[in-house]
Amino acid sequence: MEKNKRKGAVLFSEYKRGDGIKNAIKKSREDILFEIRESKLKGRGGAGFPTATKWMMVAAANSEEKYIICNADEGEPGTFKDRVLLLEYPELVFDGMVIAAFVIGAKKGIIYLRGEYEYMKKSLEDYLDTMKKDNLLGNDILGKKGFNFEIAIRMGSGAYVCGEETALIESLEGNRGEARNRPPFPVTTGYLGHPTTVNNVETLATIPHIVTKGVEWFKKHGTDKSTGSKLFSVSGDCEKPGVYELPWGTKISELLDLVGAKNTKAVQVGGASGTCIPKSQFERTLAYEDAATGGSIIIFNENRDMLHVLKNYMEFFVEESCGQCTPCRIGNVKLLEGVKMIEKGDYTFSYINQLKNLGRSMQVASKCGLGQSSPNSFISILENFKEEIFNGNGGHNGK
Amino acid sequence: MESKDNLRAPVSQKPLTIEKPTDLTTIGGTVTVEINEKKITVPLGTTILEACKMSGISIPTLCNHEDLCVAGVCRICVVEVEGMRTLQASCAFPITAPMKIKTSTPMVRKARRNIIDLMLSEHYGECYSCFRNGKCELQSLAKEYGVDSYTFGHVTKPKYEMDNSSYSVIRDMSKCVLCKRCVRTCIDLQEVGVLEAVDRGDKTHISTFLDKPLSDVICINCGQCINRCPTAALRANDPSDEIWAAIDDPKKHVVIQTAPSPRAAIGEEFGLGAGHSMTRELNTALKRIGFDKVFDTNFTADLTIIEEGIELILRLYKALVQKEKVALPQFTSCSPGWVKFIEHYYPEYLDNLSSAKSPQQMFGALIKTFYAKKAGIDPADVVSVALMPCSAKKFECNRPEMNASGYKDVDYGLTTREMAKMIREAGINLPEMPKSDFDNPFGEASGAGLIFGVTGGVMEAAIRSVVEFVLGKKTEDIFEKANIIPLRGFDGVKYMEIPIGDKVGSVPDIIKHLVPNWDWLKGATLKVAVAHGTANAKKIMDDIKAGGKFSECHFIEFMACPGGCLGGGGQPIPTTPEIRKLRAKAIYAEDESLVIRKSHENPHVVQIYEEFLTDGPCGHKSHKLLHTHYTKRGRYIA
Repeated sequence: MEKNKRKGAVLFSEYKRGDGIKNAIKKSREDILFEIRESKLKGRGGAGFPTATKWMMVAAANSEEKYIICNADEGEPGTFKDRVLLLEYPELVFDGMVIAAFVIGAKKGIIYLRGEYEYMKKSLEDYLDTMKKDNLLGNDILGKKGFNFEIAIRMGSGAYVCGEETALIESLEGNRGEARNRPPFPVTTGYLGHPTTVNNVETLATIPHIVTKGVEWFKKHGTDKSTGSKLFSVSGDCEKPGVYELPWGTKISELLDLVGAKNTKAVQVGGASGTCIPKSQFERTLAYEDAATGGSIIIFNENRDMLHVLKNYMEFFVEESCGQCTPCRIGNVKLLEGVKMIEKGDYTFSYINQLKNLGRSMQVASKCGLGQSSPNSFISILENFKEEIFNGNGGHNGK
Repeated sequence: MESKDNLRAPVSQKPLTIEKPTDLTTIGGTVTVEINEKKITVPLGTTILEACKMSGISIPTLCNHEDLCVAGVCRICVVEVEGMRTLQASCAFPITAPMKIKTSTPMVRKARRNIIDLMLSEHYGECYSCFRNGKCELQSLAKEYGVDSYTFGHVTKPKYEMDNSSYSVIRDMSKCVLCKRCVRTCIDLQEVGVLEAVDRGDKTHISTFLDKPLSDVICINCGQCINRCPTAALRANDPSDEIWAAIDDPKKHVVIQTAPSPRAAIGEEFGLGAGHSMTRELNTALKRIGFDKVFDTNFTADLTIIEEGIELILRLYKALVQKEKVALPQFTSCSPGWVKFIEHYYPEYLDNLSSAKSPQQMFGALIKTFYAKKAGIDPADVVSVALMPCSAKKFECNRPEMNASGYKDVDYGLTTREMAKMIREAGINLPEMPKSDFDNPFGEASGAGLIFGVTGGVMEAAIRSVVEFVLGKKTEDIFEKANIIPLRGFDGVKYMEIPIGDKVGSVPDIIKHLVPNWDWLKGATLKVAVAHGTANAKKIMDDIKAGGKFSECHFIEFMACPGGCLGGGGQPIPTTPEIRKLRAKAIYAEDESLVIRKSHENPHVVQIYEEFLTDGPCGHKSHKLLHTHYTKRGRYIA
């Protein structure tokens, strides 16, 4: 799809390159932080942490060296929205980074680009060059004395876990991609030990709009707890897959109509680490307070075998666990084995319950978000599709 | 070494550094938390685990180790913190604000049990056919949580082939639970870095460079990884079956030398607390097992002091008087882990390494020459065993150059743990043994040889002799009770200066043919340093390379293991900072109880120069038997 054909109320609304930065440097850092806080903007990567809180902690940290990192390691199965932003709207992402740098006092920014997005590197570098030429980057940006900022592009190497912010920082430092212990959080002890904010591509892309068009305009979209809009990467059984900008609070059924999905049986909201929502719950809304998502929407129609879907997810986690903590490394293997047992019809309900119990332990005892969310699909698919899986095609009833 | 701040861990694994106020009564110095509804005030930055310990609550741990930086990977120590969605690893959570902690909720218990079950599912082997049976941390956890079945199954085939390529360390990765203690030991504590986790997900495993066998990577054989492994995934290469066979063979004359550190620690293997020296009980036990003679390694430690001390004097004489170019500072060479470390990491400094062999190898060479002749035994029939706190000693005795006697000088290096196993196997309860003495012709050695077991001990022993040689004064006149306190303790790097002044003594007879007088040392200041643990050794070596303070030293003691030999890789498990302190205390106490506390006063040492090494210290015969050469290895193995 071409850029000018995209429609959206917030992100895809009109924006002139550099405007956000111009507006920002006229204000004080505190004013911008206040605006972002008032806008109730939350992280678009999926976890939904208030952006202003993150920035405030880095801004308040007493350090000469601070970093803003743009998390472009878009690896959640079924998400491809950051790709659109980076290719078609780099001005939003990079202006957002410059504004963030201004607010928190960072001199260096890094964009951590998914390994598979290597092909974008050249165009992004070219774009950064023009920014430098236009003094949107470099020294004394747009004439603001002492506001110096530069952005480097760093490539990921294909590990899913590196989308987790501390594993991402480890990877940037040249170490194995493994999540760190928290606390300390990156806002105090981040990249190379310095205060660091790691923000999703989409979060940063939202910033210039808020700064130029105001908080009230932004809050007109979405719900009270989930302000603004969201990019959804829609894939699976529908006529019009693609990236859609919709306000938070959109019902799943509305989205399904929009994309031409028919005979839908289930929607996986939030990718492999998200939850699987059955038809009976299609009136639920896409919002932080209801069905939260980093943007991945995968649609399954009635012909799909949900056990097969689940198996696919579990294989993904067995492969992508970084392997450092016990619950995630071995737990996912056990959950996958469980799926295979059901597939063969060789299982007992007591063991399946044991595995669900294990899944709940993994959710609370794993070291990072990967292991904490990997049992979500296992638990939600087995709960929501027990008729199909245990009595229907997915396997026969156990003892 | 004892303080965690010294660890050069990756930033990620460093605990949150909060400056702990020295005066805890100041505002913000402490924080009050509620653990299981009981309030406790702790210094800011205390981990939940430490706070729980303070309030008498035990939390199970596995990946956590007092010597190592935080990992937080096994997740067995999780607790509930009010207001937090997920459980927190108590070992990795520093307390910086008031909080409510619960350590035994249903959620916590279920998580811990599930984690133990998961580990057991992938842990190959059965407890009764495992050498760590009864001493395995995974087994204790399973017992603590009442595991009576394999909930998530149990592997029946080994996942990895065993690596027994190394003379010192055997790796059985099928028993590994990926706590990464060995990785943190190798990378952070020792800064050697031959072990690291590779691959991800269920394929994650601890490996070496290009998955090569341990004998083909630059492992220094220190065995510190073995000492911290919670299971049987790592262990020393155990020669006890061969030793039993030799003992059972009537034609063989089996002798054993015992080093001071195993004697100070072996009691731990028999249920005694740390810090009980078992020297004389061990003599009896070894005889009852069937060793023909029991010798004291301290004898050759004393000999090392003479040889290495005189080597130093000769180097200084050449440098200061004869204006020859010699390598200074001189480095000690007793620690085989350190020797291999320098061969790999600083091969350009091998000339600085004393050519004197380690006490173990000196003894080996003497047993199959001097002793065999004296006792009228064919050296071919002598089997020489060395009880050492060390896994690297196994590699050392297998070095091709260690054949000065015409035979393999030392046949087997045996660790403290393996010795304890042999004693138990013989049905002997060590602490109940009557006391007995060492065998002649070497008898009992001096306290100076004894303290070789503690970091700083070689240097202290050397100075006790050098001071008397050069100044003609009693060491006691300068250092109270001949205890050289600045060289004691567990600081990673120790440094000391000894001004010689204007009054020097006369040259003792034993070295009169080497140096005419001491006048050339008048006004000089002897500078010495001590490092233990190869990470600290690295600090000194890098300083020397950069031409810093340590490059002006004359003599530096290096020990590969934290705490010196008493913290060696062959010592009883666990070895912790507290246990190292207690072992050191036992060694120093034994030293003080001895009448002879200086190497040069050991009558057997005097005798051997009179009877056997007749051309004196550093003479032709001593060079043949007691000195060696080293291999420039660099990043290569051979």
